[in-house]
Amino acid sequence: MALIIESIVKQFGRFPALNGVSLEARDGEFLALLGPSGSGKTTLLRVLAGLERPDQGRVLFNDQDFLALPTRQRGVGLVFQHYALFRHMTVADNIAFGLSVRPARARPPKAAIKARVEELLALAQIEGLGGRYPAQLSGGQRQRVAVARALAVEPRLLLLDEPFGALDAKVRKELRGELRRIHDAAGVTTILVTHDQEEAMALSDRVALMNKGRIEQLGTPDELDRAPRSPFAFEFLGECNRLACEVSGGVARTDGFAAPVLGSSPGDGQGVVLFRPHDTRLHAGAGTQGLPVRVVKVVGRGAARTVECQALSGERFNAELSEQQAGQFEPGQRARLTAERVMVDFPAVRASRPAPVANLRAATL
Amino acid sequence: MSAALTVRPGFRPGRWIAIILALGWIGLVIGLPVALVFVQAFSKGVETFAATFAEPDAWAAIRLTLLVAAIAVPLNAAFGIAAAWALTKFEFRGKSLLLALIDLPLSLSPVVAGLVWVLVFGARGWFGPMLDVAGVKIIFALPGIVLGTVLVTAPLVARELIPLMSAQGADEELAAITLGAGGWTVFGRVTLPNIRWALLHGVLLCNARAMGEFGAVSVLSGKIRGLTETLPLHVEALYNDYDFVGAFAAAALLAGLALVTLALKTLLERLGRGETPQTGEA
Repeated sequence: MALIIESIVKQFGRFPALNGVSLEARDGEFLALLGPSGSGKTTLLRVLAGLERPDQGRVLFNDQDFLALPTRQRGVGLVFQHYALFRHMTVADNIAFGLSVRPARARPPKAAIKARVEELLALAQIEGLGGRYPAQLSGGQRQRVAVARALAVEPRLLLLDEPFGALDAKVRKELRGELRRIHDAAGVTTILVTHDQEEAMALSDRVALMNKGRIEQLGTPDELDRAPRSPFAFEFLGECNRLACEVSGGVARTDGFAAPVLGSSPGDGQGVVLFRPHDTRLHAGAGTQGLPVRVVKVVGRGAARTVECQALSGERFNAELSEQQAGQFEPGQRARLTAERVMVDFPAVRASRPAPVANLRAATL
Repeated sequence: MSAALTVRPGFRPGRWIAIILALGWIGLVIGLPVALVFVQAFSKGVETFAATFAEPDAWAAIRLTLLVAAIAVPLNAAFGIAAAWALTKFEFRGKSLLLALIDLPLSLSPVVAGLVWVLVFGARGWFGPMLDVAGVKIIFALPGIVLGTVLVTAPLVARELIPLMSAQGADEELAAITLGAGGWTVFGRVTLPNIRWALLHGVLLCNARAMGEFGAVSVLSGKIRGLTETLPLHVEALYNDYDFVGAFAAAALLAGLALVTLALKTLLERLGRGETPQTGEA
């Protein structure tokens, strides 16, 4: 393992930003720290960059004590959400900065720095912009410069703090692919902080899902998608339908609805089940299986349709169906709703005793 | 969009009355007096004007004024940068108190600023007897004049820098550190270039105020002609001697300094606009 993070604790006043985080990253891996704001992902990144000192814990990088090194000796490349380009320098000078501030004996000759800048401009696909100032660039171009500047010093670790946060959706998607290509070309271990689950899933080799200063789940995007281990993970990683149910013996039941619950020992009692729109099925015609609902609206184009429906008790659900399946339903029509891959949550228990239950769940799952 | 925001041409009596009132007022209370200073200074011809500066006391006053400014301005520039750096790049206890204290000299009468130092270093002040024994003279000497000037002009550089530096944030500095730059390199290659025009602007204002300071210096100098008299004090002395042409000639020099300052300030503001573009979203 190139990077080993062990039980990092960091408090801001009385707010626990990191609550004992342990994590490992392989050499050359692209790892995402995914979580809502306040989950501690940015704090962890700043600890790695040396901008924040943890209260407890250890960070090893290739068996070297990382926390003992000052920021400037860590060899990390940090890319900020708002780019933080040097506004009074040209793009070329920005990229050359890390090399040009080296002490005289370690500094490459001028021609070598120039060649390296050209190489990085090409890698980031911003050839010809070397003479411009940051203010003369678009947001997407600025972010490319920021990545090129960070890579110029050949960092051992590339840290990206919400790098696409300030960009519009189209540029964001385009840069996402670019970033992965640059990462693969440079081969540097990369840690990405993001609150966008789609971004994390699309870019990374593995995703560390964070919540309240802890790692809720760590796995490949596919593992997280197939087997979310907690209601939090399930809700954060995609759209959800919710339905109050009675859970016993691993099956959630209410008013004709019955579904086996994910997880080995989900517990018994009054809970809420969560399930994805694409795991939701609607049945037309007579029958007793399924929750009685009424179709409200059918939306969408092409092959996929979303059928919005409502139970008698008022809850609303979305079902993603194929064009053919959705064709059976019209607004106002009665139907029965069933679901696969159902996750149960016991919000009442969680609300009354937040911390211990969260621990217990992490331990049992 | 812009058509709705521009004022439509046409007869607008309110607008003209406002413009005439504003121009009239500025002309009456600012333009006229400054013009009169120059008229009076040259009223007996250029030779009489020049004769004022042939006096050794006048030369001594100019030299002392330049010396005081040469000491006080760099001190306050250094303090201003340090204070603005500390207040905008770090979080610490007592930050809001320091921010308020920096502004205090602006609302404090300069006479009080002078008396404060008399209280500390004067013959009957806290350190007076001690300094007397050591043979060090502060009050009624150059150190006292410098101290008074430093206190009065302390906020001028800091106040120029604080809004700019807090708008710029610390991200560029952090980026420089992660790229391997040391503290002085970060300051010299990232922070200083980002604030250079605002810094020059502040230094210019500080210099104009330092050379023109009367109140604090008046208390601290002892007004010994040819020795501890600065240019503004020299103006007062000549005036009290009924040497009106001399007084106005010296005053014209100070007024000229103000006009040069104004011109440079305007130029710097233009340069500053061009050189520190916003890093907002494109």
